[in-house]
Amino acid sequence: MENEKQKAVNEQSQSSPKNETVIKINGLKKSFGSNEVLKNITIDVKRGENVVVLGRSGQGKSVTIQCIVGLLQPDAGSLKVFGQEVAEMSDEELKALRIKIGFLFQSGALYDSMTVKENLEFPLTRVLKITDQAEIDKRIEEVLDGVGLTDAADKMPSDLSGGMRKRIGLARTLIVKPEIMLYDEPTTGLDPITSREISELILNMQKKYKTTSIIITHDMECARITADRVVIMNDGEYIAEGSFDELLKSKDTIVKAYFKDVS
Amino acid sequence: MAQEVAIAGWKKWMEDVGEQVGFFARFIKNIFVGGFEWSEFVRQCYEIGYRSLMLVGITSFIMGVVLILQLRPTLVTFGAASMLPKTLTISFVREIGPVIIAIICAGKIASSIGAELGSMKVTEQLDAMEVSGANPLQYLVVTRILATTFMVPLLSLMGDAIGLFGGYLALNLNDHISASLYLTKVIASLDFTDFLPAFIKTIFFGLAIGFVGCYKGFHSSRGTESVGIAANSAVVTASLWIFVIDGIAVQITSELFYQ
Repeated sequence: MENEKQKAVNEQSQSSPKNETVIKINGLKKSFGSNEVLKNITIDVKRGENVVVLGRSGQGKSVTIQCIVGLLQPDAGSLKVFGQEVAEMSDEELKALRIKIGFLFQSGALYDSMTVKENLEFPLTRVLKITDQAEIDKRIEEVLDGVGLTDAADKMPSDLSGGMRKRIGLARTLIVKPEIMLYDEPTTGLDPITSREISELILNMQKKYKTTSIIITHDMECARITADRVVIMNDGEYIAEGSFDELLKSKDTIVKAYFKDVS
Repeated sequence: MAQEVAIAGWKKWMEDVGEQVGFFARFIKNIFVGGFEWSEFVRQCYEIGYRSLMLVGITSFIMGVVLILQLRPTLVTFGAASMLPKTLTISFVREIGPVIIAIICAGKIASSIGAELGSMKVTEQLDAMEVSGANPLQYLVVTRILATTFMVPLLSLMGDAIGLFGGYLALNLNDHISASLYLTKVIASLDFTDFLPAFIKTIFFGLAIGFVGCYKGFHSSRGTESVGIAANSAVVTASLWIFVIDGIAVQITSELFYQ
């Protein structure tokens, strides 16, 4: 029964045509004690789309994507990924879903007791259960080449700079070829040049692997480079959405506040 | 007001106990489901066992020496100096060795596991493992708890041997006793009922050390301060568990063998 459900998640994700909604969030609410972080989040994300969520720190942007992968349970509302309600998934279904979702953490979240190569091997051997070393090496080489860090395989995470950690974190999520990518502030803490490189890398990887992405950020340059659609979050709700250029022309005072330094 | 605080305290304590029971059940389940992480288990045995050898060895040696130096004047007063090897052997193998070594291991291993997993939680490594579809319990918790359960008894056996050797050297500071005679007396003093219950309780000591370290690390909160709290709390709780287990083990052993 569990296997059939897991199969259903797989089939649903594989058979979805273009323009089909892969993430559907409706009236999502989440509180931590008396602090109501998400008040009413409603959004549809279509296959192959890059959605950027802008918002001030502490507004619950990360909480939304943590709900998508089942790290947090919403208090109310509906959150469907590939047509299935995440909160109602069994452990096996959730695991099957998570294999299809790549999550890039703000810090990169590299396993610091492992080398870069071991970090990249981990999801292949533990999640995809690949045992063929030649296949593992080929995939590692491919993703390291993709993020431009072919020489970093034997380094420890502590030997890497912030930008390199983000790149390796991205490589580790992409190595399992996910269908959805969730980026939690991918350029935070980086200098402008590295931020731009990471943003362009996100766009290139999205084109190469044809992923659907949600990018949480407050970096306007990152939003400009990567977004097909921008959503602005304020006080636990999405208050505006549109293309970057559309929002740039918005008369709304909150929206204008985000775009005032954009030339 | 005081009553409400007391009720809230009890409620929190009961929730914590419930969480610990749930965590233990998940640990047991994860031993049997999915593949066993042999390479990580061996690595943990090396980290936990081999890297504790020196500390356990030195502590046990000093304990053996100190016990002989402390016991000798009293036993000499009663003309029972010849009982020194037997007294040391029984006290060390039955009680002092296992408990002291377990406490040392709680300080070194439980704190290290608590800090490592706590730090992984703070830096989102546990979340990263979970959202990738991997099972952090299988990779991090099962291997560490089983490694401590396996290595603490071995460390304890080694500590017993080194402690008795320390006792032999200390005896020779004032008296002369040959190695063969000392060894004969040691072996003659030991019974099956001295050795086996003590060995079995060290298995439970190891289990408690690994479990408490993993639980505290896994359930630390998000701030960096919580890493220190997790490590500290792991040592205190594991040490407490060692004494509780020891009390229960002594009671059971007394009922079964020493009546």
